[in-house]
Amino acid sequence: MEADLLSYFYVFLLAAFLGLEIIRRVSPLLHTPLMSLTNAISAITVVGSIVIAGERQTTLSTVLGTIAVTASMINIVGGYLITYRMLRMFKKAAPKKP
Amino acid sequence: MNTHTVDIIYMASAACFILALKWLSAVPTARRGVITGIVGMLLAVGGTLLRPEVKHYEWIAVAVVIGTVIGVPMAMMPMTAVPQRTALSHAFGALAAALVGTAHYFTEHEHLTRFTMAALVLEILLGFLTFTASLMAFGKLQELIPTRPITYRGQNIVNFTLFGAALVIAVMLILNPLQSGLFLGLCGLALVIGVLLIVPIGGADMPTVISLLNSYAGLAASAMGFVLGNKLLIIAGALDGASGLILSIIMCKAMNRSFTNVLFGAFGQVQTAAVAGEQKSARSVAPEEAAALLENASTVMIVPGYGMAVAQAQHAVRELYDTLTKKGVDVKFAIHPVAGRMPGHMNVLLAEADIPYDRLLEMDDANRELAQTDVALVIGANDVTNPAARTDKTSPIYGMPILDVDKARTVMVIKRSLNPGFAGIDNSLYYLDKTLMLFGDAKGFTTQLVKNLATEGGGFH
Repeated sequence: MEADLLSYFYVFLLAAFLGLEIIRRVSPLLHTPLMSLTNAISAITVVGSIVIAGERQTTLSTVLGTIAVTASMINIVGGYLITYRMLRMFKKAAPKKP
Repeated sequence: MNTHTVDIIYMASAACFILALKWLSAVPTARRGVITGIVGMLLAVGGTLLRPEVKHYEWIAVAVVIGTVIGVPMAMMPMTAVPQRTALSHAFGALAAALVGTAHYFTEHEHLTRFTMAALVLEILLGFLTFTASLMAFGKLQELIPTRPITYRGQNIVNFTLFGAALVIAVMLILNPLQSGLFLGLCGLALVIGVLLIVPIGGADMPTVISLLNSYAGLAASAMGFVLGNKLLIIAGALDGASGLILSIIMCKAMNRSFTNVLFGAFGQVQTAAVAGEQKSARSVAPEEAAALLENASTVMIVPGYGMAVAQAQHAVRELYDTLTKKGVDVKFAIHPVAGRMPGHMNVLLAEADIPYDRLLEMDDANRELAQTDVALVIGANDVTNPAARTDKTSPIYGMPILDVDKARTVMVIKRSLNPGFAGIDNSLYYLDKTLMLFGDAKGFTTQLVKNLATEGGGFH
C-alpha cells in the first residue's frame, strides 16, 4: 500500500503536466466544447459510483451510490452529446464563387 | 473477471481520454476527439461492471436509465443556455464525487489509513463545495437569483473563518477518522462555503468562476482516485483539473485580474459613484444611414458581446453577415476571450448561427486588422472595447487587454442607451468623433440594418 501511494502521486503529477501541455494548445475557438468535453470526462466518477451502488454493503451506501451513478450518467450522456452537437456547428466558409 | 484484465481496460480508457483532449485542440480533428472520449468512457464503465465486487446490477441499471433520460434533454438546450447548462453539470459531477466519498466513509471508516482519510476529506470538501457553488452559479446565470454581486461588511472575514473551521475539522478527522459527527459537520460546512463563495460574484466574472469550478470538479474526481486506489480516476480527474485551471488563468489574464481579486474583489460595486460628471455628447444615426455606411465599406469587423446573447441576436447578425458578404464586403468577427458568460461562448453562438469559424478572429489577430478596418460594429459588447483600459490609469479596468475598436475608421455601437455597462464604467468609446451610436435592441436594430441593405438593392461601390 505505501509503495502504491507514491505511485499515485507520480501518476497525478504526470497526468496534470500532460493535461496542461495538451490543453494549452486548444484553440480559443473551441473553449466551450473543451469545457463540455472535460465535463463529460470528469464523469469518470461513474467508476466509483458503480462500485458503491453494486457492492450493496449498506442501504445508505446503495442509495448514495445510485444517486451518484445517476448524476454521473447525466454528465456522460449530456456532456458528450452536447459537445458533438456544438462541433457539428463549426463549419468553414464555402469556397467563394467566381 | 480478474482485476488484471480490468486494469488493462482502465489503462486503455485513460489513453482514450488523453487522445480525446489532444484531438479537440483543432476543429478538423475535434469530432474524432469526442468519439474517442466516448470510447474511453464505454471502456471505463464496461471494465467497472466486470469487477468482482460489483454484484448487483438492478440499481445501476435504474440509475443509468434515469441519468440518460435527464442527460439527453440537457444536451439539446439552445447554445444561449450553454453557460448555465455547464454550471449545472459541474454540480452533478461534484455531487457524484461527494456522495461516493460519503458512502465510502460510512462503510469503511473503521479501516481507513490517514492518507486515505486525507484524500477522502479533500474529495468531499471539493465535491460538496463545488456542488452548491455550481448550483449558485447556475441560479445567477439563469437569473433565478440576482446576478449583481452581493456584498456585505465582513464578508471575507466570515468566509475565511468558515474555511478555517473546515480545515480544523479536516485535520481532526484525518487524525481520528471515527468521529462521524465531525464528518457530517464538514459536509455541511462545505455546502455552506460553496454558496457563500458565489454570493459576491457578478455576471461578468462568470467565465473565470465556471472555469474554476470545472477544475474543482476534476480535482474531486482525482481525489476519489486516491481514495479508491484507482489510477484511471486520478488521470481523468487531473486532466479535467488542468483544463479548468488553464481556462481560468486565460480568463483572468483577459481581465487583467488575479484569482484572489475575482473571488474576493466583488467587481462592479465600488466605482458606480465615479460615473456621473460632465455631460459628453455622443452622435447617433438612424438605421438607413448606418446601412449605407456599412454597404460602402470594404471591411467590417463585428464585435459581439454578452448583449448579443441576451437579445438572441445571433441569427439576425448572420443575416447581416450574409447580406454584406453578398455585396462584396469583407466581414469578420472579433472575439474577446471574456465576451459572454463562459470561455468560448461567442464562438459557439456564432457557429450555431452558421457563421463560418474561419471568420472568427482571436483578440490579437483582430487587433492587428482593426487598424485597417473601415467599420467596426459593436453589438452588445461594452467593457472589452473601452479605450480607457489602455489610456486612463484611474479606470478600474486599466491594463485589461481590449479590442482596439477605436482604431477602425468608423465605429458603430448598437446599444439600448448610454447607460454604463455591468461594471458601471463609462465607455469613452461612445464619445469619440468617429463613433456613431445606433440606439436600439441588438436584434431589432440588426434586423433593420438588414432590411435597409436589402431595399437599397444594387450595391455598387
